[in-house]
Amino acid sequence: MSKPMNDSAPKLPAPIFDARCKSCWMVFGLLVLVVLSFWSLDLQWERFASMDAMARMGKFIGELLTPNFEPAFVAKVAWATVETLAMSALGTLLAVIFGLLWALPASKTYAEDPARWRTLSRGVLNVLRSIPELVWAALLLIAVGLGPFAGTFALALHTTGVLGRLFAESIENATDQPAFALRARGVGSVAVFWYATFPQVLPQLISYTLYRWENNIRAAAVLGVVGAGGLGQMLSYHMGLFQMAETSTVLLSMMILVALVDVLSYFSRTRLMN
Amino acid sequence: MSSVSASSKTPALRDPAWSMRVFWFLAAIVLVWPMFQLTEFRPWILLDEDNLRPTLNFLGDMVPPKTDPEFLTMVAKEAWRTVAIATAGLALAWLLAVPIALLSVRVISISAISGRMAPLPSVLRQLVRWVAIVLRSVPELIWALVFVRVVGLGPTSGVLAIALTYGGMLGKVYADILESGDVHVSQNLLRNGSGRLQAFFYGALPQNAAELASYTVYRWECAIRSSAVLGFVGAGGLGQQLDSSMKMFAGGEVGTMLLVFVFLVWLADRVSSWLRSALA
Repeated sequence: MSKPMNDSAPKLPAPIFDARCKSCWMVFGLLVLVVLSFWSLDLQWERFASMDAMARMGKFIGELLTPNFEPAFVAKVAWATVETLAMSALGTLLAVIFGLLWALPASKTYAEDPARWRTLSRGVLNVLRSIPELVWAALLLIAVGLGPFAGTFALALHTTGVLGRLFAESIENATDQPAFALRARGVGSVAVFWYATFPQVLPQLISYTLYRWENNIRAAAVLGVVGAGGLGQMLSYHMGLFQMAETSTVLLSMMILVALVDVLSYFSRTRLMN
Repeated sequence: MSSVSASSKTPALRDPAWSMRVFWFLAAIVLVWPMFQLTEFRPWILLDEDNLRPTLNFLGDMVPPKTDPEFLTMVAKEAWRTVAIATAGLALAWLLAVPIALLSVRVISISAISGRMAPLPSVLRQLVRWVAIVLRSVPELIWALVFVRVVGLGPTSGVLAIALTYGGMLGKVYADILESGDVHVSQNLLRNGSGRLQAFFYGALPQNAAELASYTVYRWECAIRSSAVLGFVGAGGLGQQLDSSMKMFAGGEVGTMLLVFVFLVWLADRVSSWLRSALA
């Protein structure tokens, strides 16, 4: 009978600070991290804010506003855009193939599945994934030289890591019942995958692939900055020679490409959802 | 009856979709072939004598990664700088994103609760939204390239590049998150005479706070990855050292730095998923 007594007792207001308040400590840690970051970096704001830098920035922007629209140059930029698109598409396609191949040993599909290679192949996928496309491209320049092949290969390597992991997750999450029905009748594991698991995960694989392709178009546009082909290579070339009119055209086409991809993906997503 | 038995004589041997399969296979070849041409896809040059030897040398150099204390201290310092560039950049991006989100979100518009938004606020909202889209659609690497050109090498360019791109990104997504929540709470507050900021803090923010925070943490993780890449155009951090070691074909140094980089990304991933699960 002591419970109603407790309930009727007036509640104290919540304390302003409680040592067990997890989010207070998180915010505190965050603030410390931000302050330490600003303090340890030798940021040269005065150089940015100086009249000299302002003037240079103004001049730079002024030059950027006069793009080169000569037909011959525009055709070159258009060709580089097509090359960028081809790099992203082929890189994604290769990544789908290798990602799927690698996702199979990386997934444990049923309770008794020994999945001996799971840890190892997940490790490989994680390494592939955690090195960005640009770093792969810079590494590949040593092996294959300048050009779009290095960029395509770099995109394929990084995306294999990303897609492989996503594919493995969706293969593991697929319902086991159809596969179990086939396994119980002694069907081989390859046939079980093609006829039971694959049809189930196919929609998810397609949506992951399209999402990565969208990302890869954006990545392919800038990959060339290290010399791996496409629009990026043109950008760094003309910027290096201080040819601002050409730089401006390339930048413009990059922005149009990215905006176009955004708009297309937005519309296709809203259409698919309805 | 006889026709049924005739057609089902060899059911397993007939593939009803055979002609479509052949068509799509040929169509795929026709589509893929120009792509191979365009990207100069020649994997066999990997095995070319002139390419293979330096590659193997480089890979061979990588195997015992360089581990002398002096070099490791330098790498640790650069790894911290990478994290610091990402954190400082994201802090500035947040300062940019909050006003963008507040100005562009229509949930806290007073004129919109009685039907259509007044023309001036509507134009302002659309304008701010466009600013966010433009900031977001220029990749951070391009911003960094421009800043490095104008003010020279150093982490300031990296911080500003991340601040601009991520500012647009966060601003747009914050606005989207706030609008996807339950709008009745803040509209009720507005109808009963509270101000816009009051409606935001007591109506829109509490229900979306966890989602907003977890998206910010996720973007912080992305910013660490991209700040390492920004070093390649001269914006400081691990990327810049990696770039110069690669240009000198110093395999051991590249090996160490790649390991540190993979570890850093893994750590950011762990911390970020821990924070997000704690926030949820």
